[in-house]
Amino acid sequence: MITTLWLTVIVVAMDTSPADLRSRIAHLYRRAGFGARPDELDAAVAAGYQATVDRLCDLGAADPAADALPPPKVTPYTAAGPADQAARQTARRETVALSLWWLDRMVVAQVPLREKLALMWHSHFATSVQKVKDPGLMLAQNQALRTLGGGNFLALARGVVEGAAMLVYLDANQNRKASPNENLSRELMELFTLGIGNYTEGDVKEGARGLTGLMVNRQSLAVNVNKAQHDDGAKTYLGKTAAFAPDDIVATAATSPASATYVAAKVWGHFARPAGPGDPVVAELAAGFAKDPDIGRLVKAVFLHPEFVTPATRTGLVKQPIEYVAGALRAVGRRAGTDATLVAQLTALGQAPFQPPDVGGWPQNTYWLNTSFSLARLRFASALAGKADVSSLSSAAPADRPAAAARLLSVDGWGPSTAAALAGAAGDPRALLTLALVAPEYVLA
Amino acid sequence: MSLSRRQFLLGAAGAAAAGTAGVVLAKSPWEPGSPSPSPAAGAGAAAQPTSPPGPGPAPAPTGKGGILVVVTLYGGNDGLNTLIPYQAGQYLGGRPDLGYKPDEVIPLDDGLALHQNLKGLKGMWDQGRLAVVRGVGYPNPNRSHFRSMDIWQTASPENGVVTGWLGRWLDRTGDDPLRAVSVGDSLPRLLAGERVAGSSVPVGSLTLPGSAAVASGFAALSRPVASGSGLGNRVAQTGADLLAVNGRISELLATLPPAGSAGTPTGPGLDGTDEDTSAAGALGTQLDLVAKLIKAGSDTKAYSVSLGGFDTHANEKDTHARLMGQLDAAVTAFFRQLGTDGRAGDVVLMTYSEFGRRVAANASGGTDHGTAGPVFVAGPHVKGGFYGDEPSLTDLDQGDLRFTTDFRSIYATMLGQVIGVDPTVSLAKGFPPLPFV
Repeated sequence: MITTLWLTVIVVAMDTSPADLRSRIAHLYRRAGFGARPDELDAAVAAGYQATVDRLCDLGAADPAADALPPPKVTPYTAAGPADQAARQTARRETVALSLWWLDRMVVAQVPLREKLALMWHSHFATSVQKVKDPGLMLAQNQALRTLGGGNFLALARGVVEGAAMLVYLDANQNRKASPNENLSRELMELFTLGIGNYTEGDVKEGARGLTGLMVNRQSLAVNVNKAQHDDGAKTYLGKTAAFAPDDIVATAATSPASATYVAAKVWGHFARPAGPGDPVVAELAAGFAKDPDIGRLVKAVFLHPEFVTPATRTGLVKQPIEYVAGALRAVGRRAGTDATLVAQLTALGQAPFQPPDVGGWPQNTYWLNTSFSLARLRFASALAGKADVSSLSSAAPADRPAAAARLLSVDGWGPSTAAALAGAAGDPRALLTLALVAPEYVLA
Repeated sequence: MSLSRRQFLLGAAGAAAAGTAGVVLAKSPWEPGSPSPSPAAGAGAAAQPTSPPGPGPAPAPTGKGGILVVVTLYGGNDGLNTLIPYQAGQYLGGRPDLGYKPDEVIPLDDGLALHQNLKGLKGMWDQGRLAVVRGVGYPNPNRSHFRSMDIWQTASPENGVVTGWLGRWLDRTGDDPLRAVSVGDSLPRLLAGERVAGSSVPVGSLTLPGSAAVASGFAALSRPVASGSGLGNRVAQTGADLLAVNGRISELLATLPPAGSAGTPTGPGLDGTDEDTSAAGALGTQLDLVAKLIKAGSDTKAYSVSLGGFDTHANEKDTHARLMGQLDAAVTAFFRQLGTDGRAGDVVLMTYSEFGRRVAANASGGTDHGTAGPVFVAGPHVKGGFYGDEPSLTDLDQGDLRFTTDFRSIYATMLGQVIGVDPTVSLAKGFPPLPFV
């Protein structure tokens, strides 16, 4: 369903000078994907902003390049106990392989928005292999984030919240009729659907009752409602009273009116810029999303919103480390392959895939700007520049190399500090590329 | 043209203040079985056996002002299994399996005991160097990890405050990024001001990569500019801080004798339980670096370290016991490493968590999110003993303890008596200091 709201927005976003169009499309590629290569950008500028949005947001399109990468083999995790080193080693090795596989998907993706959405939802429905242990469950969740991440929000919430990885992560197997465990119930409302302030402590307790019995069979890994452990009495949850089953609890939370605002703020905050309480853009997006809870259309509305291309939005996000690394590899034409160093580098940068710091996921922006992460960025950039093909820089005259680096990395241009630094390193293309990768203009999304 | 730090950081803070999810500055892992945020390191003082510091005389304060070490326990530490009311029927009544029996604890006084793995802290208690503030919390307790940790780190139960309680002190007292140091990768919000922030220092190598051209170029682009955005200038300023901190810490550490190495990062662990082979774990590694910086004479006045994994909804007993052991080993090793020389007498260490846990266990052998908990304060010149009243186990608020001491009174004491500033640089009036230092 296309609402009038979306159409109004489309008209406003149409515009203007060729240089600005190029800059806006480069910005769009950074946010909807992992940056544009020079040839991609040229073609997109020729096609125009609207057509490029349409193409980047076509989540029904096939992605033969990404889908050609087979997921790594995973072994069911059957550690006999804390002393079972072999099972732990296997899980660790397979998690590294899984991380590189996903990173490579991002590097080659022809529908990069699908991977960007999966990454956003990975932080939203944060689940860590550190507790889940079994890489196969993490892979299954990752596939659900990818296949459901651009569709109906309730389907996504059900697919992930009622998935084995999440249930293990939030102690659902310990949520029993006799004495409910509140972990999943609380995070379902606080982090996954409603946000703090939109539910009561009573809802947490009643939600936990409604979710009792939703469990993972540790042998088959199937998810079922264990009738013997489910409390089938009446519960009063988010203002409604019924004998809610686990499915009903997830649906009630995910379709509650506050959910549209919460999800719209998350999506706007992830693809445009962080939103404050009562942000009018979020209210506008939430109104559309409440009527049509389709994530793909919500994201498209973000890209077509006039606020999306303002200076405040264009400078309003710092690249998350995973997108930073994927974008840099993509720009210089390298693949993740089997280079386990990349996972160690992502860990030092603060964002190892499948290992969010806690159930709240990764924070944004200034969280990534501290001295430790600055050192890790410089180390990653130096290592990548040492291996990259820098012919597009070395073939240019030294004076033109900073501009060539801007084209390579899909940056509009360099501010005075960076321009001076790059000019000083123009004689050494690898040093120049290192510096370009850590420059504020590139570190911002 | 360079901007002042004030100009660009105000811009950045303004952008942050506009955020929802985006304003959260830092969190740490707290799921049981998660490692602490920093790569683990095995060697060094952290691996030594964990007897209490020797009975020698406490080192004298130097008169240069105190050094505060803040230990954050992420996930909600179970206060009732840390400082245990082992003689109260309601304690074991609500925790028939999870509770500890009288012969399983280390008795102190007043019917209270320490967890059996806190042997080193008991040694400090016996020497009068451990203060235990009981029932610490705040009105209308919030049971969300994130919100409650924000409340503790910003010292503001009101919404909308994004600066940390030590960050506001940094804002008012200069620009030096080494005044406050977080050991580990991420910078906790407690050290984030509006204008300036503390530094985060990794536990591993500090060596900058690349050629001389990279080094000079990095210095050149790490300069905030008038045309830059708030976040862009913060990227630049962070680079400048990195260069400053890196140079000074490298110089400081170079003055130390080579014994007691900083340890070798072992890389990311997926389990947390088998990566840290030393008794003190990742917290021990962090505190090892803090001890080295103090001994080397760093003029840092506040350090932040952390231990995660306290969110024990299920199968709590073993996990919590292991964490108690790590905390005890790390803190004990830290004070032993400081010894009696230099500025050791100035050091005051405090531990806290975002909340305690429910009085009654759940059916999973764990506990759900609760409210008030004990705060430990340790140091050579700390006046040991109990402060604040032990919360009642019968007069509960929805199954949770009612707090008896506001955590901001502890902060007021740390600011006024340890760091040596007027607490109102950071806190509202009305939180009287406690006499533990």
